[in-house]
Amino acid sequence: MHYFLSEEQQMIVDICRQIVEERIVPVRAELDEKGIFPKDIIDEIGKSDLFRLFIPEAYGGMGTGIFEVCLATEELSRGCLSVATSYAASGLGFIPIIVMGSEEQKQKYLPDLAEGKKIAAFGLTEPEAGSDAGSIRTRAVKDGDFYILNGTKQWITNGGEADIYTIFAVSNPGRGARGVSAFIVEKGTEGFEFGKKENKLGIRASATRELIFTDCKIPAGNMLGSEGMGFITAMRTFDQSRPAVGAQGVGVAQAALEVALDYSKTRKQFGVPISSFQAIQHMLADMATQVEAARALVWHAAKVIDSGEKNVAKLSAMSKMFASDVAMKVTIDAIQVLGGYGYMKEYPVEKMMRDAKILQIYEGTNQIQRNVIALELIKRGVL
Amino acid sequence: MENIFRIIVCIKQVPGTTEIKINPETNTLVREGIETVINPFDTYAIEEGVRIKERMQQSGSEAEVTAITMGPAQSESILREAISLGADKAILLSDRAFAGADTWATALTLKNAVKKLEGWRLIILGKQTLDGDTGQVGPELAHMLNIPFIGYASSIEHISGQKITVKRLAEDRYETFEVRLPAAISVGKDINVPRVPSLRGKLKAKNETIPVLNIADLSMDEKDAGLSGSYTQVIKIFTPKHVYEVKMIEGSPDEQAEELFTKLKQLNIV
Repeated sequence: MHYFLSEEQQMIVDICRQIVEERIVPVRAELDEKGIFPKDIIDEIGKSDLFRLFIPEAYGGMGTGIFEVCLATEELSRGCLSVATSYAASGLGFIPIIVMGSEEQKQKYLPDLAEGKKIAAFGLTEPEAGSDAGSIRTRAVKDGDFYILNGTKQWITNGGEADIYTIFAVSNPGRGARGVSAFIVEKGTEGFEFGKKENKLGIRASATRELIFTDCKIPAGNMLGSEGMGFITAMRTFDQSRPAVGAQGVGVAQAALEVALDYSKTRKQFGVPISSFQAIQHMLADMATQVEAARALVWHAAKVIDSGEKNVAKLSAMSKMFASDVAMKVTIDAIQVLGGYGYMKEYPVEKMMRDAKILQIYEGTNQIQRNVIALELIKRGVL
Repeated sequence: MENIFRIIVCIKQVPGTTEIKINPETNTLVREGIETVINPFDTYAIEEGVRIKERMQQSGSEAEVTAITMGPAQSESILREAISLGADKAILLSDRAFAGADTWATALTLKNAVKKLEGWRLIILGKQTLDGDTGQVGPELAHMLNIPFIGYASSIEHISGQKITVKRLAEDRYETFEVRLPAAISVGKDINVPRVPSLRGKLKAKNETIPVLNIADLSMDEKDAGLSGSYTQVIKIFTPKHVYEVKMIEGSPDEQAEELFTKLKQLNIV
């Protein structure tokens, strides 16, 4: 038991555990196999107020910190990373509205997102712009009181399922990253369509799709912040959202560790449970230590962000990078503890391993995280 | 009068285990050290009440759900759980004089509590409890209140301020009833999937003051409540003993088959 959680924080954990046990675990293998978006589960998450956490109270939220978001995300990830990704991706989609939105935009969009009636998505990545986010090609051309969007976004989580999209487009070419602006685009807007749904290695139940903009006309009032603030909006969003990716890593690693530990106590070889072998014991000890270390770093990063500290890019990147690397290592080791059974779909650890891989890639590859950490170190020093 | 559609959900605290132990001397359930939960069928009653409330609210009417239980002080915990699941208010009926009540005395106590409340239009109960298992309190309560009762509802087809249409599964057919409100219904697990509690519900549940009504508050006579108001009294309750006899058949496979066949024939099984 985490002794320093408040009563409200413990309630968040308890609610998520109930959702995991009752709603997620019984169906996760099937959702994964068939690639079905977990709409019913996302609805249940909405009814349980979990989308309200980080949204300010004035807009129907509960005004908690990132720490509470990390608690919820970790617990949901223990059940299924596809569900946790869909949940967290809505947050990634609406954080730009929280950090950069006007009062009018917040009033208009946040209440439905808080209630879970609508979900959000974040549209930055393009075929030619992944880690190099500054080279996006989607254009936004001003036309009176409107902007006309043209271009294609790729690998957008919640694509097609989300109602509200934060889209990054070049409104001032030739200015590089400073020419990028962010816009709110609603599903159903003329000229906004969805392309192919991706067939993925892991997080197969989450929706990953192309967004296609063809002369898509959106009101100029849908711009987030001012023109050219898009890149800053994205970076500020990532500073807030990355610990939650770390929390996903902690959750899936914890789940894999639990399966491996249980299995090691019941599986007998040479007449004794395999947990009596030092080779297994040391693996379990390393896995458990890594999970605790990752959790400590994620929680620390979240608490620092919630304290109001401005320079959080380094810690935020560290928590995402470290916890996702731990998730990869621990899920692979869990398969090793289960041996041949771990490789089979009858046991959940192979899915956990396939799912964990994305954490090292999305929301900034772990190589980009190291760039961020190193740049901050050089710029601001160690502390 | 204010126009709020008030729904009452009657719930009960029961042992959260299928391994019920009985004290052979007192013929009562051993409750010490046993985790207690909301009677499972009552969770569907709460959910249906909350769904009807939400339906009413969506169509622009005001609605409210009140959970009631009769039981010892610790029953308060299930009322708080009901609030976390969407009930707006809760009332605990608790008095030493209520102890030992059979279904009749329980229904009478509930009736007196319901009579104290104003503006209620619908009462929902679980179809039976896990411990008592009688399924009698619902119909008895409706009878005492002189309102229609439909047991074993499997869906609410339609509800307005005046009428309710309820479908239920009978042995070989579906039956649909339309009755005037106020009315009482009982529900089973086929009616819905109860939601997970919400965070705001849990916070509200923690802070809510739950009124406790005793026998005086309900203007009841002691002779009508609890054990003294009960028509039925449990004389003996026991766990049936299952005696299994095992006979090992030995010999060659042919001999074993022969002996088994003979034995089954003796028992008129083949």
